[in-house]
Amino acid sequence: MTEPGRRKRKNPILRTRVPLLPPSGRSRVALGLTAAAALGRFELQVCGDCGTVQYPPREACHRCLSLALTWQPQSGAGELISETVLHHSHDVYFRDHLPWHLGMVRLDAGPTVIAHLLPASGAAPCRVRIVARLDKAGQAALVAVPDAHNISERAPDMANDTHMRELICDPRQRKVLVSDGKSPVGQALAKALVSAGAEIVWVGCAEPWKRPPGLDELNRLDSVTLVPLDVTSSDSVKSLGAELGAKVDILVNTAEVHRPYGIAARYGVEAARSEMDVNYLGLLRLAQEFGPVMRSRGADGQSSATAWVNILSVYALSNFPTHGTYSASKAAAYSLAQCLRAEMQPAGVRVMNVFPGPIDDEWNQELPPPKLTAQALARAVVKGLQEGVEDLFPGEVAQEWLARWRENPKVLERELAMSR
Amino acid sequence: MTHLRRAGYANAVVAVPVTVPYVRHSIRGAHWFIARALRDLLEGSGLDKADIDGLCLSSFTLAPDTAVGLTQHLGLSLRWLDHIPMGGAAAIVSLRRALRAVESGDAAIVACVGADTNHVDTFRATLGNFSQFARDAVYPYGSGGPNASFAFLTAYYMRAFGARREDFGKLCISQRENALRYPHALFRKPLAMEEYLNARLIAEPLRLFDCVMPCAGAEAFLVMSRARAQDLGLPFARVLATSERHNSFPEDPIQTRGGWALDREELFAQAGVSHQDIDFLQTYDDYPVISAMQIEDLGFCGKGEAPEFIREHSLTIDGTFPMNTSGGQLSVGQAGAAGGYLGMTEAIRQVTGTAQSTTVPDARIGLVSGFGMINYDRGLCCGAAILAEPSA
Repeated sequence: MTEPGRRKRKNPILRTRVPLLPPSGRSRVALGLTAAAALGRFELQVCGDCGTVQYPPREACHRCLSLALTWQPQSGAGELISETVLHHSHDVYFRDHLPWHLGMVRLDAGPTVIAHLLPASGAAPCRVRIVARLDKAGQAALVAVPDAHNISERAPDMANDTHMRELICDPRQRKVLVSDGKSPVGQALAKALVSAGAEIVWVGCAEPWKRPPGLDELNRLDSVTLVPLDVTSSDSVKSLGAELGAKVDILVNTAEVHRPYGIAARYGVEAARSEMDVNYLGLLRLAQEFGPVMRSRGADGQSSATAWVNILSVYALSNFPTHGTYSASKAAAYSLAQCLRAEMQPAGVRVMNVFPGPIDDEWNQELPPPKLTAQALARAVVKGLQEGVEDLFPGEVAQEWLARWRENPKVLERELAMSR
Repeated sequence: MTHLRRAGYANAVVAVPVTVPYVRHSIRGAHWFIARALRDLLEGSGLDKADIDGLCLSSFTLAPDTAVGLTQHLGLSLRWLDHIPMGGAAAIVSLRRALRAVESGDAAIVACVGADTNHVDTFRATLGNFSQFARDAVYPYGSGGPNASFAFLTAYYMRAFGARREDFGKLCISQRENALRYPHALFRKPLAMEEYLNARLIAEPLRLFDCVMPCAGAEAFLVMSRARAQDLGLPFARVLATSERHNSFPEDPIQTRGGWALDREELFAQAGVSHQDIDFLQTYDDYPVISAMQIEDLGFCGKGEAPEFIREHSLTIDGTFPMNTSGGQLSVGQAGAAGGYLGMTEAIRQVTGTAQSTTVPDARIGLVSGFGMINYDRGLCCGAAILAEPSA
């Protein structure tokens, strides 16, 4: 195993590897596993009638034929009962990564699963834990990890394994662009990415002459470089894309405009236009200039292009009327991010959408706590990258909104309308 | 409730085993191999095409056709038709269906055919869509195909029962010795233990010679009444007993046994013979571990005792326990569903005295077993049949 921590200079004579994906075909029922893994969760089908936990996913309970199946979170605890190391594969993606470790794990919950195996898990028989991640194809992949692992230790271990690094988007030794460093969120993210071992963090700034607070301090960090970037200007985005596009491994879009109020409390469309220009069109401009070249670098060695992060808002799920136009711009950005995800998928570049609740900043001044600090949001994003999740709902408010939205989006809409 | 004893096969017999020579790759379709097998059946039996009124077909590579389309493709007018997509258990299950059809009078002469082509990319293309579970929960994990599945089973079996690589090596080497006497085997060179042990790693602990080689080819036989076989002057075999079992032991965390363990008592009771009466065994042998399980579950030794059994016996044609006398799939090749037929045609030849160069001296009664369809983590179909010469 080569050490992923040391980034080797690329040999310009060799052809850049074409991004390949593991087999991505799944039945519809199996996508339930992917839906949970996108949130970093390991869930299996549980029978509502007899309680049987089953895998692989089915249309009915294999024990009692009940059709009342729901996806329920699993601890993943189990025993590694057999293992193998593949030295041959029928698939070109895996051929690029041989030898490949696999384990067969009997879950304490009942079923036997076949999983990617972190070699450090130990030799069969031994206790392991199954976690669900997304593979390069964006589909759920079960991974057997050492039993003693707790959540905070898990990510670094996977990052140390060249194969498992394929399943996550660890920023370590990667080059990152944070699109806007003016906001507390942008600054906190840049610092968190530096702490997580990013090799270079480029931080965009639209109007450096305004000397936004905090930017000088950021600029003093060794691995941080300020770059001119105004996401409302096609020329600015194009110019930076030409300069950095082929080097960016992770792009974190923090640029946003947030103005409170809905429709009746404000006259004219200027504030809304500004929100759309940054929150929606800004993303579109970045995606057009940086997307294609990142897509071509999906398999560019140890530190290939790996992720695109959009800081959205939980208001993207359902309009929060007191922040009505902002919600609308975030909903538009969310929809566009889904398009971007589909377009980045063939290269295995993950699009991670982050849906924070209210952030503790000047534009959420009137909202009661709990509010998410910029630092907590940044930590959650870095952890999300380390675990390779696709949708991130950091903080208590976001988690609660998510649960309400998943249970019944119409009820949530009414609740939000009444909360004005 | 009274226990219903299964009826035997008093009237129907099996005859005319044919093999369409295997090739590693073919540019022909499966239809070509099926047609060639049917021609060989007619030639071997002296029957006219119109005399065949039943067909039982197994093939993985006939798509988009099924057995139905084949009737028009090959101009067969039938009154009984079955399609058995059961891989390694296909021959035994087909035999059971055909025997009953003839016994009941639903068909007079049933051709049972296992045939597959193998283009250069056929095998890979089959793997990813072999089953819904394979596509959802196996193929995305390394895409190792059956090599990976059997690597898990082999690693577990070795640990649980103390099997050594040398034990599996002896199985493979003995079969290779048999194959050197079988004209259709694709592997024509003797295999030495050192070569076996040091072969290229495929999926640990499996190395190259543990893994069956996919190829193209066909096997077939006819089922008809004893009277008809006698009229035609054909050597025929009687079927003393059969069994089939699907998805046996679903609660086992990993497969260490198959449905034979549930059915062997009834199988031998129906046949009215004991293990000592069995002159040879044809197992389904795409990987040696599954042969070991068949030896155990069919009752030739206890669970976990196959390694010792293999050490104690010589397994060649002239040995104390002749096994896979044509060389088995590991040395002949795995012609798709025909792989499930390989042991059956060889067993029919043995008990009808037509095995020629692979003849087991004085073989009167033989056991054929089948195993097929790794749907997810284990093979689902198990079957067995005991065949005997007409007077046995």
